[in-house]
Amino acid sequence: MSVALDPKVPDGPLAEKWDNYKFEAKLVNPANKRKFKIIVVGTGLAGASAAATLAELGYTVDAFTFHDSPRRAHSIAAQGGINASKNYHGDGDSVHRLFYDTIKGGDFRSREANVHRLAQVSSNIIDQMVAQGVPFAREYGGLLDNRSFGGAQVSRTFYARGQTGQQLLLGAYQQLARQIGLGGVRLFNRSELVDVVTVDGRSAGIVVRDLITGEITSHAAHAVVLATGGYGNAFFLSTNAMNCNVTAAWRAHRKGAYFANPCYTQIHPTCIPQSDDTQSKLTLMSESLRNDGRVWVPSKIDDERSAAQIPENERDYYLERLYPSFGNLAPRDISSRAAKRAVDSGRGVGPLKNGVNLDFQSAIDRLGFDTVWERYSNLFEMYERITGEDPTKTPMRIYPASHYTMGGLWVDYELMTTVPGLYCAGEANFSDHGANRLGASALMQGLSDGYFVLPYTIGNYLAPMLNKPTPGTDHPEFKASELAAKERYHGYVSIGGTKSPDHFHRELGRIIWDYCGMERTAEGLEKALAELPGLYDEFKTDLRVTGTDEGINQTLEKAGRVDDFFQLGMLMCRDALEREESCGGHFRVEHQDAEGEALRDDENFSHVAAWEWTGDPMASIRNKEELTFDNVHLAVRSYK
Amino acid sequence: MSTYLQNITLKVWRQDGPADGGRFEHYNVPEISDEASFLEMLDVLNERLINEGKEAIVFDHDCREGICGTCSLMINGQAHGPARMTATCQLHMRKFASNDTIVVEPWRASAFPILKDLMVDRSAFDRIIEVGGFITAPTGGAPDANLIPIPKPVADAAMDAAECIGCGACVAACPNGAANLFTSAKIAHLNMLPQGQAERFARTEAMVEKMDEYFGSCTNHGECEAACPKGISLDFIALMNQDYRKSKFKNRKSLSRT
Repeated sequence: MSVALDPKVPDGPLAEKWDNYKFEAKLVNPANKRKFKIIVVGTGLAGASAAATLAELGYTVDAFTFHDSPRRAHSIAAQGGINASKNYHGDGDSVHRLFYDTIKGGDFRSREANVHRLAQVSSNIIDQMVAQGVPFAREYGGLLDNRSFGGAQVSRTFYARGQTGQQLLLGAYQQLARQIGLGGVRLFNRSELVDVVTVDGRSAGIVVRDLITGEITSHAAHAVVLATGGYGNAFFLSTNAMNCNVTAAWRAHRKGAYFANPCYTQIHPTCIPQSDDTQSKLTLMSESLRNDGRVWVPSKIDDERSAAQIPENERDYYLERLYPSFGNLAPRDISSRAAKRAVDSGRGVGPLKNGVNLDFQSAIDRLGFDTVWERYSNLFEMYERITGEDPTKTPMRIYPASHYTMGGLWVDYELMTTVPGLYCAGEANFSDHGANRLGASALMQGLSDGYFVLPYTIGNYLAPMLNKPTPGTDHPEFKASELAAKERYHGYVSIGGTKSPDHFHRELGRIIWDYCGMERTAEGLEKALAELPGLYDEFKTDLRVTGTDEGINQTLEKAGRVDDFFQLGMLMCRDALEREESCGGHFRVEHQDAEGEALRDDENFSHVAAWEWTGDPMASIRNKEELTFDNVHLAVRSYK
Repeated sequence: MSTYLQNITLKVWRQDGPADGGRFEHYNVPEISDEASFLEMLDVLNERLINEGKEAIVFDHDCREGICGTCSLMINGQAHGPARMTATCQLHMRKFASNDTIVVEPWRASAFPILKDLMVDRSAFDRIIEVGGFITAPTGGAPDANLIPIPKPVADAAMDAAECIGCGACVAACPNGAANLFTSAKIAHLNMLPQGQAERFARTEAMVEKMDEYFGSCTNHGECEAACPKGISLDFIALMNQDYRKSKFKNRKSLSRT
């Protein structure tokens, strides 16, 4: 029996909702804040900023990361930039325009009130990060520089060379480190969440596995924040870091948190194509390169000539041709599908004919080598290290790859999941990007959630709990979770099968990529759903994990993560099958117009699908949150 | 098309735990694509070890894009291997030749105890940041980002220092196991910016003294800069030393009088 979800959006006009909420929210007296324990899992942008800010406010915070240091989360790899509606260049930007671009970019599948709040606080983020010493790029007059990004016609992206994510994460990490030094935050590094504990339906704490000793321990808290990133590694090959996983979100899902829109995955158009079958991951080349790079393939099929030998009139600059007003800066989903079609038509470039050209020659001719080099040098160098080719001499070869997941745990306006007291922030939640995320918006959302949203909303939940008893780690629910986790990890080493976790991950990823990747069909998804349970059974009976469940065992860590990816993979395919429309990153071949563009079905699918765990991922229940648009007109998303 | 390297011999440091003495073990990699990264070559080897019922070689790694700083490895005695300005995860097998013998060791420094095989504990770096590697700017109420213009050369120089990925190659490469390059990069990043001035000398003093609790002393070998995958300059060490000296006799009450 499915239920309709209430996002608890505050009353009032769109632009006043957040202010109204903040005024109505209950407060915790400064002297009482230390009586509340908050657990923050994950130390990326969302987690580090939340943990630091909550500790500054006076809460008692425990922060957990599976990394050796909180400075390593995958936020660090974001290259291009962070959006904010500062309008420093007077080119027509505003909170409302950033709001509108984000709603439209998400193909009208996100919640208006959340997105508007994101646009509102975007400017505070830039102020905050500059105050912390983030060395954003500057103009000669000393003021902040901006660049353009896909899906926008204003320059609102702030950047720090090609390492914006690194600089923002280090900013948040330093603020967290300060709190650790002051004793406001206790850090548990190399500790992986293995279960979420609920008592009487409310969040009570977590169970973690110490990755050094293998010990499994319980931690109780008044509230728990999961800021544990996305699930792009379900595809095996993705631009995510090797250790990114869905385990925290999935374990929360199994304890009652609904999982929203798992089929909304973003395939990033500019990654380095796969070069051989030992490849462990794909590397992203920042979308900012499309500011100055022109995307093209040969007009002729199976053209064997090198790029330099192909004259201008035999090149197809297909993005400029198909989308003249946005050109090479068309949004990610659209650019990705266009690249796939160019390669599928036999016009791919490179030794495996699996890429398209991203050419900087005309930018070098127009701006001079030095200017182009200064803008992108670190990306050019990275490309050359990986491929052995110099992109200033021969065009980069790029191809789409799994990059970001818009889906995630369902949260309401307060970023609370369907489990009271359990919050979810950053990429791990589903909230702000709808069916497609615009470039430079992930950093914005992570920091918005952590710095400017959670610190207000958590107090509203905690205030009524003052001086009331909460379950401790001796509660039977904790003991039961600990026991289940021990059995689970001991189980992996005891199977004694013949195949490694990587083997199964690769096979799983192949199915998900083939049938639930850039283009999806009912037939393909049904095939995936027929194949996955069998492969999962094989995983459970033929897995081989060498070593023991005591001490450091990376093979065992991987096994636990792949297990959860299997269950998620089934849900992704089911979600993609049920969503009988094309929107954003979810492209169903059956639903396209005569020109091959996505066809939404607003009448039947203008809702969030929030899945409820029933014990079997093949039998989860699909609940709905209806999306209402009072402030924007639902338009066909055109970038022509 | 990729070509293949044949018959690579790996001498890999295996150590069961901090208390174990450790030893080199030899592995043969019969064939590997020159397009494979060094860590992908280890992945292939590890999968084979698992298939043979043996424990996989433990090594730290994550982003494989040269930015998270998780990967390490001394490769043929060089931190992050033979390619300059390149972290291990971005080192590719095309830098090696068929029939090569490659020695793979963990970072060797007393401040970085070995946890298992090639994995070490670098949390001493975090301890240094925790005492001063930040600007105290609690969330909320920050002034407009353009209120204080920062000349481009200043912002660029701060960024040069801020690029440090905290991998520890500088310490591993240093004959003294000193962390001066790491520490000075963070001090320089923050001390050069106008926002960092209020805590400039307190920061420098606290970080340098915390560093000295864990790490050896710098004697200007310059191995750190040569090993650094981000090319962090030795100049920052000079800047740190200058500010550390000033921190000892600067009257903090008269800081605003430069």
